[in-house]
Amino acid sequence: MRPFKYARATSEAEAVQLVSATPTAKFLAGGTNLLDLMKEDVERPTQIVDLTRLSHLAQIRPTLNGISIGALATNAQVANHPLVRQNYPLLSRAILAGASAQIRNMATVGGNLMQRTRCPYFYDTAMPCNKREPGSGCAAFHGLNRMHAIFGYSDKCIATYPGDMANALYALDATVKIRGANGQERTIPIRDFHRLPGDTPEQDNNLQHGELIVAVELAKNDFAKHSYYLKVRDRASYAFALVAVAAALALEGDRIKQARVVLGGVAHKPWRSTEAEDALVGKEATEANFRAAAEAAMKEAKPLAHNAYKVELGKRAIVLALQRAMDETI
Amino acid sequence: MARYIGKEMSRVEGIAKVTGRAKYAAEFRVPNLAYGFIVSSSIAKGTIKSIDTREAERAPGVIRVFTHLNAPKFRNDPQDRSFRALQSDRIYFNMQPVALVVAETYEQARYASRLVKVDYNAEKHQTDTEALLASARDPSHGRGTRVRGNPEVALREAPVKVEAEYRIPIEHHNPMEPHAAIAFWEGDRLTIFDKTQGVYEVRRHLASSFGIPEEDVTVISPFVGGAFGSALRPNYYPTLTAMAARELKRPVKIVYTRTQMFAGHGYRPYTIQRVALGADRSGKLTAIIHEAVHNTSSFEEFDDNTTGFARQVYACPNLRASLKIVSTDLHTPTWMRAPGAVSGMFALESAMDELAYALKIDPLQLRLINYAETDPESGKPWSSKALRECYLLGAKKFGWEKRKFEPRSMRDGEWLIGWGMATGVWGAFQAPAAARITLRADGTAHVVSATSDIGPGTYTAMTIIAAEFLGLKPEQIKFELGDTRFPRAPLEGGSMTTASVGSAVHGAAMAIVARLLDLANRNEDSPLKGAAASDVELLDGRLQLKSDPSRYVDAFDLMKRHNLNEITETFEARPSREREDYAMLAHGAQFVEVKVHSELGIVRVTRIVEVTACGRIVNPKTAHSQEIGGVVWGIGMALQEATEVDHRYGRIVNPNLQHYHVPVNADVLEVETIFVEEDDKIVNPLGVKGMGELGMVGIPAAIANAVFHATGKRIRELPITPDKLL
Amino acid sequence: MNDKNEHPSVNDGDLESLSADEEKLLDELGLFGAARRQFLGQTLASGLGIFALQLLAKEKALAAMTSPDAVLAQNAASGDAIQVTMRINGSTQILTVDPRTVLLDALRERLGLTGTKKGCDQGQCGACTVIVDGRRVLSCLTLLASCEGKEVTTIEGLANGAGLHPMQAAFIKHDAFQCGYCTPGQICSAVALLREAEAGEASYVTRNLRTITKDLELSDEEIRERMSGNLCRCGAYPGIVAAIREVQSGRQTAQAWHFATQEEIAAVMNDKLLREGRSDETV
Repeated sequence: MRPFKYARATSEAEAVQLVSATPTAKFLAGGTNLLDLMKEDVERPTQIVDLTRLSHLAQIRPTLNGISIGALATNAQVANHPLVRQNYPLLSRAILAGASAQIRNMATVGGNLMQRTRCPYFYDTAMPCNKREPGSGCAAFHGLNRMHAIFGYSDKCIATYPGDMANALYALDATVKIRGANGQERTIPIRDFHRLPGDTPEQDNNLQHGELIVAVELAKNDFAKHSYYLKVRDRASYAFALVAVAAALALEGDRIKQARVVLGGVAHKPWRSTEAEDALVGKEATEANFRAAAEAAMKEAKPLAHNAYKVELGKRAIVLALQRAMDETI
Repeated sequence: MARYIGKEMSRVEGIAKVTGRAKYAAEFRVPNLAYGFIVSSSIAKGTIKSIDTREAERAPGVIRVFTHLNAPKFRNDPQDRSFRALQSDRIYFNMQPVALVVAETYEQARYASRLVKVDYNAEKHQTDTEALLASARDPSHGRGTRVRGNPEVALREAPVKVEAEYRIPIEHHNPMEPHAAIAFWEGDRLTIFDKTQGVYEVRRHLASSFGIPEEDVTVISPFVGGAFGSALRPNYYPTLTAMAARELKRPVKIVYTRTQMFAGHGYRPYTIQRVALGADRSGKLTAIIHEAVHNTSSFEEFDDNTTGFARQVYACPNLRASLKIVSTDLHTPTWMRAPGAVSGMFALESAMDELAYALKIDPLQLRLINYAETDPESGKPWSSKALRECYLLGAKKFGWEKRKFEPRSMRDGEWLIGWGMATGVWGAFQAPAAARITLRADGTAHVVSATSDIGPGTYTAMTIIAAEFLGLKPEQIKFELGDTRFPRAPLEGGSMTTASVGSAVHGAAMAIVARLLDLANRNEDSPLKGAAASDVELLDGRLQLKSDPSRYVDAFDLMKRHNLNEITETFEARPSREREDYAMLAHGAQFVEVKVHSELGIVRVTRIVEVTACGRIVNPKTAHSQEIGGVVWGIGMALQEATEVDHRYGRIVNPNLQHYHVPVNADVLEVETIFVEEDDKIVNPLGVKGMGELGMVGIPAAIANAVFHATGKRIRELPITPDKLL
Repeated sequence: MNDKNEHPSVNDGDLESLSADEEKLLDELGLFGAARRQFLGQTLASGLGIFALQLLAKEKALAAMTSPDAVLAQNAASGDAIQVTMRINGSTQILTVDPRTVLLDALRERLGLTGTKKGCDQGQCGACTVIVDGRRVLSCLTLLASCEGKEVTTIEGLANGAGLHPMQAAFIKHDAFQCGYCTPGQICSAVALLREAEAGEASYVTRNLRTITKDLELSDEEIRERMSGNLCRCGAYPGIVAAIREVQSGRQTAQAWHFATQEEIAAVMNDKLLREGRSDETV
């Protein structure tokens, strides 16, 4: 871990100003990803701006049209907040699918959105990685890529976004509220928050340096009754997803009025499958229709040498997640 | 009737562990301590062209940066070719140490380690065992190939045969405690706190490396945070720590990072096996061919005895069992829990299951048909063998008779149910070991031996044994270990500690009894006059005649009368000659239920019955924990564990616990243990056999067999991850 | 859980029979009066000898070879050293540290609180779990600087001067550890879990998240999932679950091992169905 200056921000404005002033400065919230990467010498900030005292940013409160979740609310707080559990159970379950109880007590909503890939080549400074060191090459492309992307990758990077929470936020059409360097706030629809790697895999998302996530907002929706987050992993808990599915349905009579299918572990960002959603809308919630949606979702998948299984697994996981979304006892 | 042996007892060191007061190697407080941080190579093979330490040396707090250019050379020991760090510019494996940064604080050392710049002349490396099969060779010493009968002909003529290849990836022990040492010198005398399974082995290694007498080295290791084989062989960090401490004339501590744990010690080798079985139509085995190839390093030979147990498990007149090795540009492998046995039995017991299906015979029945009544290898009788009892008790408990033979024939909603079983086998080893007992006139005893307790419960077992044979209560015994100032004990490995050190404690207690009897019989009026040592016992302070306890002497009065506050006896126990007339093994049968998700391929091990016949059980409470541990390791090996090497770089890509999966709490459900005690007077005076490894040996095969039963898919390449079952 | 059975009283005679060493040791553990009596009761109840305590004293003897006070004479941190004030196990600590210091290293290297373990140093094993402001967190990924003003409880502070915490006693009773290295983290995690269950917090395996119930009685499945952030390589998980279950709900676990009796063995050895097995046709 390289030496850095530590500052404890006392206001949003101060935090933003401190980070904006130094190109190599970083915000610190839960620290669960940043400190790990600093120990590995992957992240090398010279200035750390500690946000954890900005307690107003940890509030979760109802809004006229839904809910506002402060960026510093911990994963555990969000997952267990009564409003979230009742109105957005998909978000609760997605969060609870991630990491461990300890990490969920530390990790924040804002930090979780900023989580970087778990690609092993990214973590090892002895290996090439365009995300870590632009221009050095992608060791994973022809390497061991069982955990890597099947959608939206480029020859520069095949890493996946590793989080669970964001997959639910994509399904729930969240809005990310940001405070910029000039003190102004702006919002980014969640679907525009993360980026595909393209030629600039070093950029995980569309935040500018110094911009601070202050909240995530969710509008009211009709998904609370029929949603499920399914995570398939190599062990029963505390592991990253092989494939994850955030599934949500809103029914009108026995027809599907609205559908959300977002896949985790398959792309550089949460992968919303509008193909699957389109295949579901207007149909009945039957296994056959779920299968058709799953086929549609995977149609454009382009597996790599070691992850072809994700295509079939993804299909099956989509069907199962949709089935569980329909099962109100779960 | 034993008072303590065989009764459950909580761990005597339990309070120390649950209060956080048990001190592990890195936790001793030593003044003026400096922190070492190892810099690892980024190539697998070649030489160091140049190494620039200037920036690191200038970093705040840095005391010295050691490289092969300035580190003193260790003595060459032809008996000990284990890797030693910073001895030359040559790189033998990736993540090999190339420098050691020592600084005032841990943070400073870690940072400066990143500032060391190394240029290499890289050479073409090969880390892929599969690519080297053409160069497979017999180990230069050790087991090689063993043939009995005419296996090739028998196989050719067998009416029913199966043949398949099985693969096991590299696996790492990953004990929770990273390896660590703190070393300091007082003149030419070295003291080191080390994580080790054998303090004497570390002492020998250090003394030979520094060319100093063994008596000048003290190794202390009272608690070990798991090891599983990874702290058996001398690893490179104790010499490195001691070297830095000597050069800097101050105490130095080195702790491996979790990543360094993947190249800082050995691992279970990458192993390819071929098993061919031939049988007649009744299921009787006529041929067993078991061949294995695994990797070793370029500078050292390791052989895992992968096919050793295949020779003794089933009655079969024709057998070929061979082991070959190939040299890779990786670190040297080493023993890892149930070494060789669990790998070999994964293949053999999977093949037996395949044979059962080829024959349409119940897998358990096939084992019973081929039961070895005597050792098929030597023809010798077993010292004891209650394996048949294990099979039948386990089957009964598990409900095996309700098993439907056909794969995919049992189901629970979305989950396919599979039932599998396998045989477990391990040795009944004993090595020379010594213990010292000091019995005090106040009715307490101090018992010491330089063994280790890596978790099996050695502290508790030795306390029980001492209490039993000194006739004292366990709370009157204080047992200590892990210190070269105590009598010599073997490495804690191979499941032989209770047999070896327990026999020494027993022997020392017997020596105390003999000494007391001698004292008593100096008195003309002794009620024990004429009795031999074997005729008497100590019980609650009385030295009494076994046949007539009313004839006794108060042992502590006796000591006081002779002005003895304490008496001390040291005893070295050695394996008896009688052992040579017998074949000795510990056995077990393992029954497993898995549920495999019909869509997702997720495997859950929902129920396991472990039945174990390993002589006498000293402490069933800790023994049960050992069995559970074996199961958890078996689950890890069968379903999760694999060290992945990117052969283009010759570098491990998952050297951490986020990508190298070991089982978590949610992976482990019901584990039930049945102990079938064997009355074995041959193996050792206590009648105990090894059990720490035994509980694991059959589990991976039993799980793979259960997965086959659930799904109809035979997975021959571990681990069985969901993608393989889609 | 029957408290009387768990903590049998110890009469004064037992206390008087302690050796000077043992007295000293209990003093060092901060156990006096009733706390000492309760502690000894637990010790006897769990089948532990007082001598076992002497393992705790071992370090003292070893440390006597060198001068312990020099330990705290810290080396100069880098120029940007910062000061942090916090409460650890009930007492205020003021530390001046290198900003790079994480809570785990501060506990172990600066304060000598080595009960908190370093297993991976990267948030992947849970061995370093401590309780900060009532919640379990990973001290390896917690910058010490961010702990300003916080209340930290480590394994050393759990017992709080009153003998063993019930969770510690239950871990001994159920043999919920082998090597002991993950144990402090497991116990801290388990203690914090009790409060999470009380508050009705959910886990991934909780059914129907929309219904919120306080004072949850956790099923084994729930305990396993909630404890999956604490790896135990020895595999003591079933004991850990049993210990937590007992403390959480008082539910006891059936003993999962037994010695085969002669009758049991005779019965199976004479069981024709078992001995002769069955082929496909008989199914």
